[in-house]
Amino acid sequence: MAEQAILHRAQSVRMRRRLVTPEGVDLGLTLASAGQRATAFLLDALIMFATLIAMTLIVAFGFMATGLAGAEPLAIIWLLGYFLLRNFYFIILEMGPRAATFGKRASGLRVVARDGGRLTADAVIARNLMREIEVYLPLSFLGMEAAEGGAGAAMTLLGLGWACLFLFFPLFNKDRLRVGDLLAGTWVINTPRQRLTYDLMRADAHSAGYAFTDEQLDAYGIFELQTLEQVLRGGNQDSLDAVATTIRGKLGIGEVESHEAFLTAYYEALRRRLERKLLFGRRRLDKFDR
Amino acid sequence: MSDTQSFRGLRAEREAEWRRLDDLLSTCEKRSPRSLSDEDLLALPVLYRGALSSLSVARETSLDLELVTYLETLCARAYFFLYGVRTTPAARLRQFFTRDWPAAMRGLARETLIALAILVIGTIGGYFLVTSQPEFYNAFVPEELASGRDFNASREALAEGLYSGAGGDGLAVFATVLFTHNSRVAIFCFALGFAFGAPTVLLLLYHGGMLGAFLALYGSHGLTFELGGWLIIHGSTELFAIVLAGAAGLRIGWSVVFPGALPRLAAASRSGRETATAMVGVVLMLLVAGLLEGLGRQLIRDDLVRYAIGMTMLILWCAYYYLPRRNPHG
Repeated sequence: MAEQAILHRAQSVRMRRRLVTPEGVDLGLTLASAGQRATAFLLDALIMFATLIAMTLIVAFGFMATGLAGAEPLAIIWLLGYFLLRNFYFIILEMGPRAATFGKRASGLRVVARDGGRLTADAVIARNLMREIEVYLPLSFLGMEAAEGGAGAAMTLLGLGWACLFLFFPLFNKDRLRVGDLLAGTWVINTPRQRLTYDLMRADAHSAGYAFTDEQLDAYGIFELQTLEQVLRGGNQDSLDAVATTIRGKLGIGEVESHEAFLTAYYEALRRRLERKLLFGRRRLDKFDR
Repeated sequence: MSDTQSFRGLRAEREAEWRRLDDLLSTCEKRSPRSLSDEDLLALPVLYRGALSSLSVARETSLDLELVTYLETLCARAYFFLYGVRTTPAARLRQFFTRDWPAAMRGLARETLIALAILVIGTIGGYFLVTSQPEFYNAFVPEELASGRDFNASREALAEGLYSGAGGDGLAVFATVLFTHNSRVAIFCFALGFAFGAPTVLLLLYHGGMLGAFLALYGSHGLTFELGGWLIIHGSTELFAIVLAGAAGLRIGWSVVFPGALPRLAAASRSGRETATAMVGVVLMLLVAGLLEGLGRQLIRDDLVRYAIGMTMLILWCAYYYLPRRNPHG
């Protein structure tokens, strides 16, 4: 459990990057994980295909209504529309103020310049043109092979190898860069919409009923405090019960009336103590930090 | 206990400002900065600095994870908005056509000459190989592209191929197919440049070889002049575009091999950004070429008119790219 937690924390530290603003404050950006990137891309691909299908249907119904016939406009939609959409959808949306496609927005991501400067149009164009060889070339290549009825196995393997090389490229560098990111000098960061809800330290001290000793308050550090904060904000009764039982066992406290009230009281007392230590220059990272 | 209270005081005192900044940013992202009043616009940088200083204080005094992450994301959003791109799309578009596009092409002048030389070498090589040994023709020209235009075809069949369209109906589709195919080839020329430029050189040589093979085939029947008209009407634009894409790929490959004072990666990404604008120009050129090839060539049957259109296009492109012009910034 503890190892897991430490591992998890190490991972989130590994994905953090410094970005010092001209005002001298490090914004501490978090890079997007490979999974988030893949999700965003799949969403974008779905949107593009939905657009193409919608356009096809509109044109098809238009023909039915006017009584004309012909496959020509449909072929143009799928050739030219697909080409323009797959290149300019990404470029135009990423040049906007949000610097993210709809898929990236849904996953809470945005594109930024690696050096922290302005994201220029050139960089956006470069990173998206590279997509043509990263994704569409191997895809269309495999499609062509399949359509021609299993041409050489060696060629198919070569195509697959090529596709995998680019597809898994982000997993093999610590900044999760696509080849396009590498060339354009960009990376993709995590900017989820964060809400500011309520302060768990309410003015009317809930801890009135409880008095914790110093030993009981020394059982945990900042990491545990913030995990407890997430549990309290989550408000899931099962996890509240599990956490409360663990803490009571560790502190040697018997049955309590309400687990939530107990945890809130302990949270307040613990946070007060740790924040006071913080002011005196002692940041106790976790329970192993003595 | 006064310490924590003083911090909660900070939250109570500043929270309204953070929320105002949050709202202003949401408005800007959803609509545009123009929808803000003057007062809000002036408040934005002040609120941003206030939020930054709150973030610094919160990091040092508070253990409230939600508060610190909220301030971090708020500050990051404000930072990217305030230090982000300032131009409107319309102004950006105008700047692209009046300045960026020709400037990008001019910046590639040296590489353009090299790419042109490679293409010419490929053409000459293809021509002589196929002239000396007609069997090489099939190696240069794939069967589906040749579609009967090979050494078994009669002079009449070849000549007819130069003047018969693909049939009136399919013209638009034909133009589209040509455009998407050529654009992909051009994008590969650019994107594969990072592999030391070798794939770019090969693609250029191969394209030249194909051209040379065609010249040899038609030359052997004494149809060179007619083929020239058939090729030049769109080829002056299309081949120029492919040469420029090759030049972009070569620039990237060159900076990977000889990065100069920069780290290899930084050099590659700098040249990638520099040439990306040129690539959008190349795709636009290919759109024109596709229209000329799919529509113009099929509808215009006169050799001299074909030559005239082709040469006019070449002169127009060269004038647009290389004519010296006044620098608006002096």
